[in-house]
Amino acid sequence: MSLNYTKKTLEHFLRPKNIGKIVHPDGYAQIGNMVCGDQLDFFLKVKEGKIIDVKFLSFGCASNIATASILTEKVKGMTIEQAKKYAWQEVVDDLGGLPKQKLHCSVMAVQGLKKAISDYEEKQQVLPKVKKTKKKEEKTKKKISVKKSSLKKTKKK
Amino acid sequence: MRVYLDNAATTPLDPRVLKKMLPYFTEKFGNPASIHALGQEAFIALEEAREKVANILKAPKDSLVFTSGATESNNFIIRGLALANKNEKRKRIIISAIEHPCVREAARRLMVAGYTIDYVPANKEGIVTAKALENLIGDDVLLVSVMMVNNEIGTIQDIKKLATIAHRFGAYFHSDAVQAVPYLNIDIKALKVDFLSLSAHKFYGPKGVGLAYINPDIKMQALIVGGGQENNLRSGTHNLPGIIGLSEALYLAYRERDEYLKRISKLQKYFWEKLKQEIPEVLINGSWEKRVPANLNVRFRYIEGEAILMDLSQKGICVSTGSACSASDLRASYVLKEIGLDKNYLNSNIRFSFGRFTTKAELDYTIKALKQTVKRLRAFSPIN
Ligand SMILES: Cc1ncc(COP(=O)(O)O)c(C=O)c1O
Ligand code: FES
Repeated sequence: MSLNYTKKTLEHFLRPKNIGKIVHPDGYAQIGNMVCGDQLDFFLKVKEGKIIDVKFLSFGCASNIATASILTEKVKGMTIEQAKKYAWQEVVDDLGGLPKQKLHCSVMAVQGLKKAISDYEEKQQVLPKVKKTKKKEEKTKKKISVKKSSLKKTKKK
Repeated sequence: MRVYLDNAATTPLDPRVLKKMLPYFTEKFGNPASIHALGQEAFIALEEAREKVANILKAPKDSLVFTSGATESNNFIIRGLALANKNEKRKRIIISAIEHPCVREAARRLMVAGYTIDYVPANKEGIVTAKALENLIGDDVLLVSVMMVNNEIGTIQDIKKLATIAHRFGAYFHSDAVQAVPYLNIDIKALKVDFLSLSAHKFYGPKGVGLAYINPDIKMQALIVGGGQENNLRSGTHNLPGIIGLSEALYLAYRERDEYLKRISKLQKYFWEKLKQEIPEVLINGSWEKRVPANLNVRFRYIEGEAILMDLSQKGICVSTGSACSASDLRASYVLKEIGLDKNYLNSNIRFSFGRFTTKAELDYTIKALKQTVKRLRAFSPIN
């Protein structure tokens, strides 16, 4: 069986970035996979439509930890809209590829992040004051050119 | 430091075994089926190897079939028996719920041939009780298959008792004894089994060679047909270096058994005590008493087995999350499910399997590494 993690994946597994929790997060989500039993928790801090801090906790495999680590590293500083467009294929690319049976770990990490963003957005809708900033953010959205997803480059290992 | 604690997956070839094998690759390369001098030299070596094994297992020589490993032996025994008896009345096969996948799959695939497969449960301790088998068995059962030692949790079954029950109902009995060498005495007569399987690489022999004990009175159908080797039960040119290796490895394993068992039991006890002392919230999977000294399967709360394994691997330590073959399969172990592990625990397990070359220094190093690993991973677990 091939379970060769890339050097980059191992680095993020052994020294993960952004671990821990945020005490009063603007967005929070927990995601799990029924098959492998793994779990991720994401915490977001958002200011003016930008992710200013993101942290995660993991009950998961090495690639679950590594994908969450690199994902949080990447989306920190992004606008919410940019982060929403972030695809799991990019995570896989950034890690230099993942073993086939571990691709779902990256899918799960990205889903978890998006769930945390949804949580943030739902909270905004209840608080009309902040809603304004969301509208503003939507306006600026068009101006931001989001990098095309690097789907094609994804290594089919 | 490199530490190998995955001896249940495979063991290194003993150099003494290799030395015995080497001439059969080169100067003694003859085919035992050839009638010229070189062939007959090979034939004699083959039969000597068979005799050596027969003496250890207390089995008649003509009951032993050399195969490519326990996967083949198990497939042959289960399918070969069922296919040879498919016109008889007995249409039920009972296997334990904790059998190796090769037994499960071989049995499962007989459903298309009209067989029903029933699973005799193991209890919380990982033991298949006589009562559990009695609840399930009837005179419509052709075969009962229960492994002697489980490969994931190392628990030992009372084969003699279970075989006696099977025979009382006229059923045959098979035991996969792959993980039992040399921890248990495999005396075929005393055990009362009709079939038994072994694989050489689990006891410091070469990979790709195994053994099937077949009660010669039982009607069997060969799965691999051709030149009619092995009493027409398994065709194909003999893997003579492998067979020589198997017989020598088995011989050494039992010759050195007493001393080895003393040493490895001590190591196992030492490791488990130390583990409990140094790391909070570790629990053992399966019975501690009815377990071979080579195995320790434990759960570490709050963290994932694969992450522990990978972290240890970076420190030069080889362990397993269950069985080697289930590592690519993300699903939780059916063995651990069977013994009733809570679903929150199903992914937090590590199997340490000790062996002939394990040292105390290696175990000390492993404990130290584990302590760091577990602490690091628990620090960012969402579960508490
Ligand atoms: C209990 C048991 N049965 C059967 C096998 C299959 O042995 P092999 O892979 O050598 O055919 C193994 C080893 O993986 C095992 O542990
Ligand atoms: S194996 Fe499922 S998240 Fe990694």
